[in-house]
Amino acid sequence: MTQLSELFIKTRAQNRAALIGYVPAGFPTKAECIATIKAMVAGGVDAIEVGYPYSDPVMDGPIIQAAAELSLSNGTSAQDVFDTLEAAVSFGVPAVVMTYWNPIERFGVAKFAAEIAKRGGSGVITPDLTVEESATWKSACEQSDINRIYVVAPSTTEVRLPQVVSQCSGFVYAASLMGVTGTRTSVSGNAKSLVERIRTQTDTPVSVGLGVSTKEQASEVAKYADGVIVGSAFIKQLQESSSIQEGLAKVEALAKELSEGVRR
Amino acid sequence: MIENFLGHFGPYGGRFVPEALINALEELTLAHESAKSDPKFQRELSELHRTYTGRPSIITEVKRFAEHAGGARIFLKREDLNHTGSHKINNVLGQALLTKRMGKKRIIAETGAGQHGVASATAAALMGLECVVYMGEEDTKRQSLNVARMKLLGAEVVPVTQGSKTLKDAINEAMRDWVTNVETTHYLLGTVAGPHPFPTMVRDFHRVIGVEARAQMLEEVGRLPDAVLACVGGGSNAIGIFHPFIDDKEVRLIGLEAGGSGVASGKHAATISGGTPGVLHGTRTYVLQDENGQTVESHSISAGLDYPGVGPEHAYLNDIGRAEYRAITDDEAMSAFKLLCETEGIIPAIETAHALAGAIDIGKELGSDAILLINLSGRGDKDVQTAADYFGIPL
Ligand SMILES: Cc1ncc(COP(=O)(O)O)c(C=O)c1O
Repeated sequence: MTQLSELFIKTRAQNRAALIGYVPAGFPTKAECIATIKAMVAGGVDAIEVGYPYSDPVMDGPIIQAAAELSLSNGTSAQDVFDTLEAAVSFGVPAVVMTYWNPIERFGVAKFAAEIAKRGGSGVITPDLTVEESATWKSACEQSDINRIYVVAPSTTEVRLPQVVSQCSGFVYAASLMGVTGTRTSVSGNAKSLVERIRTQTDTPVSVGLGVSTKEQASEVAKYADGVIVGSAFIKQLQESSSIQEGLAKVEALAKELSEGVRR
Repeated sequence: MIENFLGHFGPYGGRFVPEALINALEELTLAHESAKSDPKFQRELSELHRTYTGRPSIITEVKRFAEHAGGARIFLKREDLNHTGSHKINNVLGQALLTKRMGKKRIIAETGAGQHGVASATAAALMGLECVVYMGEEDTKRQSLNVARMKLLGAEVVPVTQGSKTLKDAINEAMRDWVTNVETTHYLLGTVAGPHPFPTMVRDFHRVIGVEARAQMLEEVGRLPDAVLACVGGGSNAIGIFHPFIDDKEVRLIGLEAGGSGVASGKHAATISGGTPGVLHGTRTYVLQDENGQTVESHSISAGLDYPGVGPEHAYLNDIGRAEYRAITDDEAMSAFKLLCETEGIIPAIETAHALAGAIDIGKELGSDAILLINLSGRGDKDVQTAADYFGIPL
């Protein structure tokens, strides 16, 4: 069992949701990204998603696009992503990598999964990998004993939902809305009904992402989901700060608020 | 048929997209399949081509040009004479009819050279659809005339300022729009790339080029050509003319990619000649990428070929050896461009000039008994500024 799966056993027992924080490796720099993760964990984030910045992020809104662009201009490589993952794990929380598919294929599918396991990671979220294209990835993850996390959307049909959900382990990533990453003023009403639909198919924990940025939203989502995923809101703290110290303090403060939110 | 039901061409093709788009892609696949076997739809499309596009397009033998190409007989399939000035209209009218069939009211499109954007804006005007075109900011400057054309046709043009500010980033932005507005919107992709069903569907709408040209060659010269040539950006005009010849094993199929400053220089858009297999924009194909799987920026004098990916069917035809792909540099393309202007009174698109340059080489290789068919994919009106700059003609 991965650390990620153990986390959800714990949070379910505590009758709360887990808070999952996202940040792309190498943003604003490799070291500052690791410091950001440390601040997130200090503020109460329960698990970390380390983003593999990609040149063509079609699922991402302007905030994460800008962060990825900065990271890539720093020359962030696969090794930097793995190092960051390892650092996150060293702070005592489960960590996964979130990446578009091409970097995995380029690195080598089996090698990528093995490296995740070697660095203590729990799994990988693959937002643009469809289950139809997953044969080699499935065996690689089984071989390395890591979680495979797919994203499902409000538009996912009744027929397709079980096909995708049955492939997920660790958690199912429920996209709260039809759209790209970013902060939103409210969480789409679609999220709750999507989670309910997923629950009829599986006991695997369900985490909701896309558009969650405030304590109120986190506490609303925590009423029905096992995990609350926040990315853009953390990144924005850093983008809007004039120094890294200021940014890290704001990240920790936001994590603290959100972690109160997920305690229902 | 080469492709399977998941849109795979051997190891290439398929679907690498957010789950949010799967339903729309399924809906599109079904709409295309049912339209393909619906005589009413096919009649409507061919009537549009006859009375609006101006099909069939003619073939023209270019004897004076051929003197510079080893004396081979050379025929041009004149897609430049289509309404809106390129092959792009074939696909656009087909997809616009499908949009109506699916009950959607809004189309979005990406464009590089602006030809696909203009064609999309045209079809939207004709069929009363709302149209938004994403265009890299760099390209809006290179092709400002086409930006104005799209606006005159009632489309909204959104300059894309992310990344390299060219075609690939315009596609990214269009995909983001589509994920958000998929219920009301059809993404009218302009080439044979992207997730299934786009590579097969767009090909099917362009096959008319090859079907007509094959019959025209038989009628005009009594035999099939020795080689069929086309420029390859995403690969739509090339697959359109190649596909009906695939079973004619004696006919060589030759795609000409944009070699920019030369493949060895790293500044090029020759994806098959200089790239490696990977995934870009929802499909597995050849991609220009670095060792971390990041897309590398492409370079070409031609905005319409300036794309770091290529249609998956071309990737497959290359690997099985049924088609060959060569790179043509900016300079080679521009000298062929000038040659066609001066020997035949036809100003081609700079994209197309890559195919003309390839024909000069192939003609010399095959000698004077050879017959070549070139897809003249578009006219060069949009490129007058670029060509004038290149040749130092004051404006
Ligand atoms: C005239 C012309 N030819 C060729 C192309 C390249 O596209 P494709 O390779 O899909 O035919 C373009 C693209 O804009 C074009 O305008």
